[in-house]
Amino acid sequence: MSKKLLSGPYIVWMVGFTLIPLALIVFYGLTDKAGAFTLENIMAIAQPERLNALLRSLKLSLVSTAICLVLAYPLAMILKSLKVGRGSFIVFIFILPMWMNFLLRTMAWQTLLDHNGVINNILRFFNLPELKIINTQAAIIFGMVYNFLPFMVLPIYNVLVKIGDDTVEAARDLGANSVQTFFRVILPLSMPGVISGITMVFVPALTTFVISDLLGGGMILLIGNVIEQEFTFTTNWNLGSGLSLVLMVFILISMAILAKYDKEGEGAAF
Amino acid sequence: MNPSLIRLEGVSKTFDNTKVLDELDLSIKENEFMTLLGPSGCGKTTTLRIIGGFEKPDTGKVYFDGKDITGAAPNKRPLNTVFQKYALFSHMNIAENIAFGLKIKGKSKSYIDDKIKYALKLVNLDGFEKRSVASLSGGQQQRIAIARAIVNEPKVLLLDEPLGALDLKLRQDMQYELIRLKNELGITFVYVTHDQEEALTMSDTIVVMNQGYIQQMGTPEDIYNEPENAFVADFIGDSNIIDGLMLKDELVEMFGVRFPCVDKGFGTNQPVDVVIRPEDVELLEPGKGSLEGVVSHLIFKGVHYEMEVMAGGFEWLVHSTSCFPVGTNVSIHVDPFNIQIMKKPESEDEEAVGVNE
Repeated sequence: MSKKLLSGPYIVWMVGFTLIPLALIVFYGLTDKAGAFTLENIMAIAQPERLNALLRSLKLSLVSTAICLVLAYPLAMILKSLKVGRGSFIVFIFILPMWMNFLLRTMAWQTLLDHNGVINNILRFFNLPELKIINTQAAIIFGMVYNFLPFMVLPIYNVLVKIGDDTVEAARDLGANSVQTFFRVILPLSMPGVISGITMVFVPALTTFVISDLLGGGMILLIGNVIEQEFTFTTNWNLGSGLSLVLMVFILISMAILAKYDKEGEGAAF
Repeated sequence: MNPSLIRLEGVSKTFDNTKVLDELDLSIKENEFMTLLGPSGCGKTTTLRIIGGFEKPDTGKVYFDGKDITGAAPNKRPLNTVFQKYALFSHMNIAENIAFGLKIKGKSKSYIDDKIKYALKLVNLDGFEKRSVASLSGGQQQRIAIARAIVNEPKVLLLDEPLGALDLKLRQDMQYELIRLKNELGITFVYVTHDQEEALTMSDTIVVMNQGYIQQMGTPEDIYNEPENAFVADFIGDSNIIDGLMLKDELVEMFGVRFPCVDKGFGTNQPVDVVIRPEDVELLEPGKGSLEGVVSHLIFKGVHYEMEVMAGGFEWLVHSTSCFPVGTNVSIHVDPFNIQIMKKPESEDEEAVGVNE
């Protein structure tokens, strides 16, 4: 009985802040302004501009997730190899930016990358070619990688530190060179961290509208921007909810693929 | 005499300004069951890791079959290791774990399957191929770790306290298993432990180490019966270590009483350490022995009684099958050949090195 009581706050939280909002989104998404059932809001994704925004979002978030993975894995390996005290200090340095406001950080990069921004002023001073990155897709990818990299590093680092030195030494002892040891032992054992890192970078990158707003100059629309506009600008909640549902389906599909891969990774090594 | 298979020459290793090994020389013969025995921090595990290739010695050389392998990576050495905490690959099943080394070497599937069957039979775990690592007990995991190592047909198996994490009963069973395995495989075992009983039970040769130096090397009987210094005597089994004065050859004085012994060559009137094993101390009726005393403690140990006897201002540890209650007046007698004389170390340094050098 007392155990059931303890779960009370969480049930209230889940119902109040997860289930009811979700039900509302589903309701708005599947009805028109008069409250009648319709699939129009869902089908609206087929409109070229919105479809392009969705495809662009998928492309940019996939690219930035891949870049994060490529940067984070070696970094996590280096952190693991450091001695405990120094390692955790460097982890701390990587987490530090996360303590600053997300908006502020992104706006700072807007100022830095601007045509007349700090970086270009420095480049101009040294007569170097200027950086023309602001308001491009590259700038958005850069912003995504910058903001979400820690979310890739930490889960990978956490699984890597749990792999014992003796496990790695056992692989070497059994004849594996360092490359074979990595691909047959370290990488498969670290897959759970890689999977959760991918999830934690891909999902927010897919749904973001702030990064594309600030670093894309409002010229490059992602699906997040399209949905945001329906809620704030045109105040068509039904359409915004419908598009959100479409996005949610894409997220669920990607999670399902990852979960399946994770399971396979656990059983089979080669 | 078997030729030496592994030879360490002048191997030193320092970690964080602590000298772990100092100019160590060691020769391991083919087909030998050699145990490196010592307290934690004595350098035994470092020695094993240097042989396995997981540590590089600061100075010195390691030879395998006459070839210098000092700089060779672990995967280039014809030996395999069984780790203390098993170190199985948790993302593979048992068959895949055992097959790991063979797949790396590119052996055929049928060869690998045969080897897996053979190895599992050898460690008494037939039919475990498809089991997961997590479903096995500690003892079973250690057997799989051994199976995983021996399918590669190493000439030498290195074992780093492989039974340390197992409970007492299982540990004793595994000791006999290891002896059987060693005899069936006919390969060299280098075994690291801090457990003197384990070392005495299994080894052909025991190397007692302390503070990075070899204290004594010999058969279990030699080590137990003829310890070369107080450290070895104290570390291997219980013993009474007494300050004595070597009056002349074959005569030592303890607590003002003269005891005939069989040792020679210590000079005259030299202070020495005298080692007497508790089971070699005979208790007689008062007046019939050499030194009078009183029983101060008595514990029943099953096979024998353990007593402490206050005599000559020293608490003698005595193991005997006859019981002398606390307070009994007794007389101590020791047969000459049971008195082991050792030169006193002259300095702390020498204490670490051992008296034979």
